[in-house]
Formats: sequence, structure tokens, C-alpha cells
Amino acid sequence: MNWLNAALQGILLGGEYALVACGLSLTFGVMRLVNIAHGDFAVCGAYLALLLSTALHVPAWYTLPLLLPVAFAAGVALQVLVLARALRGGVLAPVLVTFGLSVVIENLLLVGASANTRSLDGGALSVASIPVTSQITLSWLRIAGLLTALAVLGGLQLLLSHTGWGRAVRATSDDLDTARLVGVRVRPVFASVAGIAVATAALAGVFLGLISGFDPQAGGITLVFAFEAVVIGGLGSLWGTLAGGVALGMTQQLVGQWNAQYAVLGVHLLFLLVLAVRPQGLFASAQVTV
Amino acid sequence: MAGVVRWSRTASVSTVASGVLVLALAAVPYLAARAEQSLVDLFCFVALASLWNLLAGFAGLTSFGQQAYLGAGAYALYLFAAAGVDPFLGIVLAAVTSALLSLPVSVLVLRLTAGYFAVATWVVAEVLHLVATVSPRVGGNTGVSLPGVAGYPAVLRQALVYWWALGLMVVCVAGLGLLMRSRFGLDARAVHADPVAAAGAGVAVARVRRVAYLLAALGTGAVGALLFAHNLYVQPGTIFGAQYSVYMMFMVVIGGLGTVEGPVLGALIFFGLQQTLSGHGAWYLVLLGAVAIAVTLFAPRGLWGSLAARYGLALLPLGYRVTPGDPDQLAAARSGWGRTGRRTAG
Repeated sequence: MNWLNAALQGILLGGEYALVACGLSLTFGVMRLVNIAHGDFAVCGAYLALLLSTALHVPAWYTLPLLLPVAFAAGVALQVLVLARALRGGVLAPVLVTFGLSVVIENLLLVGASANTRSLDGGALSVASIPVTSQITLSWLRIAGLLTALAVLGGLQLLLSHTGWGRAVRATSDDLDTARLVGVRVRPVFASVAGIAVATAALAGVFLGLISGFDPQAGGITLVFAFEAVVIGGLGSLWGTLAGGVALGMTQQLVGQWNAQYAVLGVHLLFLLVLAVRPQGLFASAQVTV
Repeated sequence: MAGVVRWSRTASVSTVASGVLVLALAAVPYLAARAEQSLVDLFCFVALASLWNLLAGFAGLTSFGQQAYLGAGAYALYLFAAAGVDPFLGIVLAAVTSALLSLPVSVLVLRLTAGYFAVATWVVAEVLHLVATVSPRVGGNTGVSLPGVAGYPAVLRQALVYWWALGLMVVCVAGLGLLMRSRFGLDARAVHADPVAAAGAGVAVARVRRVAYLLAALGTGAVGALLFAHNLYVQPGTIFGAQYSVYMMFMVVIGGLGTVEGPVLGALIFFGLQQTLSGHGAWYLVLLGAVAIAVTLFAPRGLWGSLAARYGLALLPLGYRVTPGDPDQLAAARSGWGRTGRRTAG
């Protein structure tokens, strides 16, 4: 029964990973940019939510309407001011610049907020849960995390497949130069995608803060998990990313159920195994190339 | 001298000067033993920067997980020393072990490119870090001290570490220079500039990347083992620390990606900054990150690259130059070019 509980918790946790990963997947798909600082944006979101909820004396949820637009604007600004220039500098420049950004953010947070682990106050929802059996209890918070991930991924999928903006994004993703030729304005597309990526990262960061706590250095492992979810699920597929996140979460919980010391190691080994036997990802069609 | 030349007077002067400098540095344990400790750090930084440059600057592979091989080298040295091998001989074996480990790893991580490659190498480093943490055989989280050094008097041990570090630095820098002047170097620079075009021109892109990755792991493993012999203690949290990747990237980016001289200059700057600013902790790292971003965006050739482009400097020339001179020789050189031109056209 404990194993079943671990598997269920893993599925719920997987939504959280997918939520961080979808921004990473989207920026790579559209801009061919792997944002090494993506996890740090999630952690920044958590700190911002902490700051706002402490200042306004409200549960962290209530800060979202303020937080998400700020994060979106920050993403747009980042793209316009920094990443656009880095993307023109060849293949290495974006990797180096976002890595530098990650170092700067982590250490600024360390200076500004100390190394202590913090967590967010979720109000009544934090403690509410559904008892399924005597041994299995599902926390509403984690359920909300998974539902939010489903809503965000589904919403993005709808936007991408049914709107003019989505068409422009897909065209840019397929072939940048041809998209330009047929009149797609690429710069607003890049800016909006960067905005969405940072906003979803911040949203994921709030869940991170509510569910498990965070510290200034948490961005690294957050990025690594998101990256593993993307690769396990298959590059370029949002639902694959969700499946990858769930595979990750279940592995973590099940291995942790056996021996907590090996939980994270198990996740990394699953990633290396997938890279070894099925580098296109578990849930993607074979023709997707890296 | 006329025609197409590779060597230059500057290169002769700098080579002789470097040789003299190395000999002078080799005498430091006899003359100024107090400087040994910090110079070992400096030499290790120069070696690490050159090795990272081999990956990022020449083969186009930005690895953020080279600390995996620092740790692998250090822990391999522990295992060899614990089995009774002399620690200073063990450094060689540790480096080889590290290179052997990098072979299966390269099969996995080289399936990815650019940013994804970078994060995958980071995962590998994390895996080794976690494995070391949960292995009681190598001391787990608390780490281990180096066995087998009790037989050495402290002065001799420190001098041996110093000479090892000096030798390793010379091998890394000179080795990188010679390697890049070879056929392999031409291939590697082609891969760095444009992998698709390089493959089209007949360069075995995958092989070039694998060789660069193995050589970098070999050298980084040696540095890791040497750091262990220097500090006499190794702990997973330190040796597998991601800050090493920050340092390597900073030194190479500041000095100049894809130049032999740049990382040496970058390491000197980094060493100077560390001596003066490392007391400021987090702010110091903020500065490193911000400078690396600014240089990448606004001066992507780095300090040495910009100077070299401006003044035509090359202490260890990699390319070829055409020089004017004696008319007869110039004509000979011209006809030489003509032949090359026809051959290319045909």
C-alpha cells in the first residue's frame, strides 16, 4: 500500500516538474535556446511571492495576479535586452550568458535573502487533504499543483494550435527564416514566448515554495529536473513533457520509498538510461531530432 | 622570410621567454617555498582553463560538468593510494581512470548538443557526486584524507605537488598549442565554427568531439588528483562543486575562447580577483557572472582575442600568414598559391 501511495504522490509531483519544464521546452522549441537560468527564475518567483505575501499578509495564492504579469514582463525584458543579443552571437553565447545569469541570480538571492530554506504560506489549502484509504492521503495542494500543470499545458496547447499567435510560434519554431519570409514578425514572437516561459517558471516556483520549500541554490536542481523531464518525455512535445515529469516524479517517490538516499540518484539514472536506449524520449515519435 | 609562414619573431621571443619562466618557476621550491601554496592553485587554474577551452573554444562543447572528472580523479587517487600505490605515481593512474570513465559518458552526453549537452554533463557530475556521498568505501559525505603520504617529509611533499602542478600546466598549455597546430586542431576549429559545414568538408565531427572530451577528462582528472594531493583531503561537496564550472567558464570567456594564450591570461585575472575579492563571497560570484555575461555579449573574443585581433599578436601562432619580402621568393610563393588555387578549383 505504501508503494501505491508513493506512486500516486509521484504522479502528483510530476505535474510540478512538467510545469517548470514546459517553459524550457517552449524556449528551446521556438528560439533554440536552452535557458540555464530557467530554474533560477522559478526560485525568483517563489521569493517574490514570499515578499508579496509577507508584505500584504495574504496566502501566497493571492499574489499570483500580481506576480504572473511581473514575471511575464521580466521575461519579455530579458529577451529584448539580453537574450536577443546572445542569440545573434552563435551557439555558445546563449549557453554562456544564461549560465552567467544563473550564477548572478543565485548569488544575489544569497545576499538578499540568506541561505535559509524558506517556504510559502498557502493558507487553509496547505493542510487540506483527501483521505483515500487509511494509508493513502492525497494533499489538496499537490492535486492543485497537478491540475494547474494540466491547465497550463492544455491552455498552451490550445493557444498553439488554434490562434494566430500559435501559428506564428509554430512557423518560427519550424523554420525561422521561412517564417520571416512569409511575414511573421519574429521579435514579438520571441518576446512573448520568453514572457510565457518566465511566467510559467514563476508559477511553478510558487508551487515549489508551497509544497517543498526553497533556498537561493534551488535553481540548479530545479533546472536539472525540468531538463530531465523534457528529455525523458521527448523534445518538442508538451504532453511528452508532462509524461516525462510524471515518470520523474514516480521514480523519485518509488526509489525514495525504498531508500530516501537514492531518490534523486534514481531520477538521474533514469534520465541517463533514457538517453542511452531511447534518446528521442519515451513518448515522442522517432523522427524528432535533438 | 617571404611567402606563407606560420612562425614569427614574436613567437620565438615568447617561446624562449616562456621556457625561461618555466625554469625560473621550477626553482621556486628552493628559493621562495612560501609562494608554493598559491602558485599550485594558479597552475591548476591555468590547466583547468586550457582544458575547458579545448572543449568549449575548439570543439564547441560547453560542459558544465567537468567537476565530474575532478572528483573522479581525486577519488581514483584515493583508491589507488589506499591500495598501496605511491600517491604521486597514482596521479597518472587517476588521470587515466578519469579518461576511461569519460568514454562511456561521452557516448551518452554527446548525443546532445549546445545547452542540452551542458545540462547533461552537469547531471553526470551530480550522479558521481551522489554516488560518492552514499559510498562508505570513500568516506561518504564526510570525505577522506590521502593515505600513503606519511612517508614524505612535508617540505618534499609540497615541492613534489608544486612540480606536478607546474608540469601539468605546461603540458596542458603547450599540449593544447601543439594539438591545435596539428590536423586535429584544424578539424576541431572547423567543428567549432560550423559543425554542419565541417562534416560536409569531410571532418569526422563525432570523432573530433569524442577525442576532445576524452583529453579534457584525462587532464581534468589529473588536476582533480593533484588538488587532492595538495589539500590532502577530499569531500564530495567540494570537489564536485559546480563553482568549478563557473571558474572555468569565467577564465576562458574573459581570456578568449578558442585561443591558446587567452585562458592563461584569464586564469591570471581570475587568480588576481580571487586573491583580492574572494572574501566578499556571494558578491564576488555575482561579479564573475556579470563580467562573463558582459564579455560574451559585447566582446565575444575575450581580452586576448581582442588584443590579438587589434595588434596581430600571436605568441603561439595557430594560423598562417602571407608576408611580403624578396621579389623572387614572393613570386615563388605566388605560384605556390596559384597551384593551390587551381587544385581547389578542380
